[in-house]
Amino acid sequence: MTTLAASPNLVLPGPPSALRNTMTLARRELRDAVRSRWFFLYTLAFTVLGLAVSFVSAAGTGGSGLSGFGRTTAGLVNLVLLVVPLMALSAGAASIASDRERGMLSYLFAQPINRSELLLGKFLGLAAALLASISLGLGACALILAWKGLRTNPQSMFWLCGLAFLLALGMLSVGMLISTLARRASVAVGTAIFVWLMLVFVSDLALMAGAVALRLRIETLFAVSLVNPLQVFKMWSLHAVDANLDVLGPAGLYAVEEYGSLLHAIFAGCMVVWVLVPLTLASVVLSRRSPL
Amino acid sequence: MITIDHVSMKFGRSVAVDDVSLDIQAGDSVALWGPNGAGKTTLIRCVLGLLRFRGSITLAGHDVRRQGKHARLLVGYVPQELGFHDELGVNEAIGFFARLKGLDRVDPHTTLDHVGLAGHGGKRVRELSGGMKQRLALAIALLGDPPVLVLDEVTASLDAVGRGEFVALLERLSGAGRTMLFASHRLDEVATLARRVVEIDRGRVRRTTSAAEFVARTEHGAVLHLHIAAPARQAAMRSLAEGGFAPSLNGVGLLVPVSPSQKAAPFRVLAEARIAIDDFEVVTANHAADLAARAHARRETTP
Repeated sequence: MTTLAASPNLVLPGPPSALRNTMTLARRELRDAVRSRWFFLYTLAFTVLGLAVSFVSAAGTGGSGLSGFGRTTAGLVNLVLLVVPLMALSAGAASIASDRERGMLSYLFAQPINRSELLLGKFLGLAAALLASISLGLGACALILAWKGLRTNPQSMFWLCGLAFLLALGMLSVGMLISTLARRASVAVGTAIFVWLMLVFVSDLALMAGAVALRLRIETLFAVSLVNPLQVFKMWSLHAVDANLDVLGPAGLYAVEEYGSLLHAIFAGCMVVWVLVPLTLASVVLSRRSPL
Repeated sequence: MITIDHVSMKFGRSVAVDDVSLDIQAGDSVALWGPNGAGKTTLIRCVLGLLRFRGSITLAGHDVRRQGKHARLLVGYVPQELGFHDELGVNEAIGFFARLKGLDRVDPHTTLDHVGLAGHGGKRVRELSGGMKQRLALAIALLGDPPVLVLDEVTASLDAVGRGEFVALLERLSGAGRTMLFASHRLDEVATLARRVVEIDRGRVRRTTSAAEFVARTEHGAVLHLHIAAPARQAAMRSLAEGGFAPSLNGVGLLVPVSPSQKAAPFRVLAEARIAIDDFEVVTANHAADLAARAHARRETTP
């Protein structure tokens, strides 16, 4: 062992840049996520369910035809709607709250970093893990479709993958906001699952009930559906793949007729809001709140 | 090096730190001494910029709130206990925190060797004992050779052997021109590591003395703090009184004043009376007086 000495005339360099710290934290988060059980289980579940959807759709069309691919896409959209928000919400919710619970958050904040660097680093690391998981799941589905001889449209698969990732970013952002507010990881994850249930099931039912009970005008119905990021994803992915929203009924027809090519921008704007607003709020909460 | 100027901090309506001012020169080693809840840890967290507080704290002229990154670059911090990610490797942890401190090239082997952890770099953190984890935290704190070390009851979770080794390691570091601010409950640590002792109670600085003066004042006589289950406490009181001691009730057990050569005697008395002792501490007379005062205050406020 050697004795360390603090140099008497020590000239210390400046603290690392925000970009360097953010990337260091992002790499750490990505590594932790990839090693974790949740990443493995969600990716496995997503891939297996995606393959099941692909097989069933392919079998139903006798292994050929674009209609088969359309049905598969619809199945995959519904699968993404269920699995990806749950995956992203729970990953985001556990991220900061579990560090706080372990005492790691205050230890990290005792290092030469800013709180916003930590938040952004965790966000980017988890986003990369989610991208890997989504790509793996949908990539496996695309391979199965090709193997079964379905005329897949690569562009549609890229759209689906990209939109699923955008949905994941929005839900990750919401999850991280929950994580900054909760003291315990279990509370944060429980809250995230509650939010997921609300978005997936309750909001759809509420929208249908509201439309009937309040006799909502068609434009109001479309506007209200834009509030739910899952609805936005559903409409956008169907619009991107089929260029029409007939399957959504009058609200879909209204949207295509009224906004036409502007729909992409409207959907993109909604998703960006869902990514940026919760993340900004999370940053404010984290900067004001004790890390203990 | 560390200037704490009229710092106050509240948790809700409870005052944790009350108008504390301290000036710690470069190379000084200052112990924060006081009972649990005195405000030692809160003050350390304020110094690190972890909590919001009133007043100001600067480290080498850097305000810990406005220039937090610059200020914390000067500090190596070791908490009481650290919950590293279970799957994290020891070398990985060194590399990760080195990058956060702006260091590009760090040899994990040398870093670990400095704290007696050579050969453990390939392990996962969860494979390390409590003492080894604290050494790892110290190794991380020393990355970049920071001029200030801040330690928060770092030996509280260690056994006697681990504590002795850790204090010996810190002793070598404190003699190397580094500024040290640490919180401790243990007289041996203060005697070994500190030059000055700041006594804190209920968030206020009660006294600042040299370590030598503090130790001389404190080490006369000792008090055993025996943790005994509630149903057995009255029987233990009677047995000890019959054995010639003057015990008093305290929160989770009894306080028994003993002379330095008599520390084992109360254990014999209670063993003969078949009364189990869950845990014990040898505390200083000052600390014991404080424990007793608190227990008294609790009894007074309990309806």
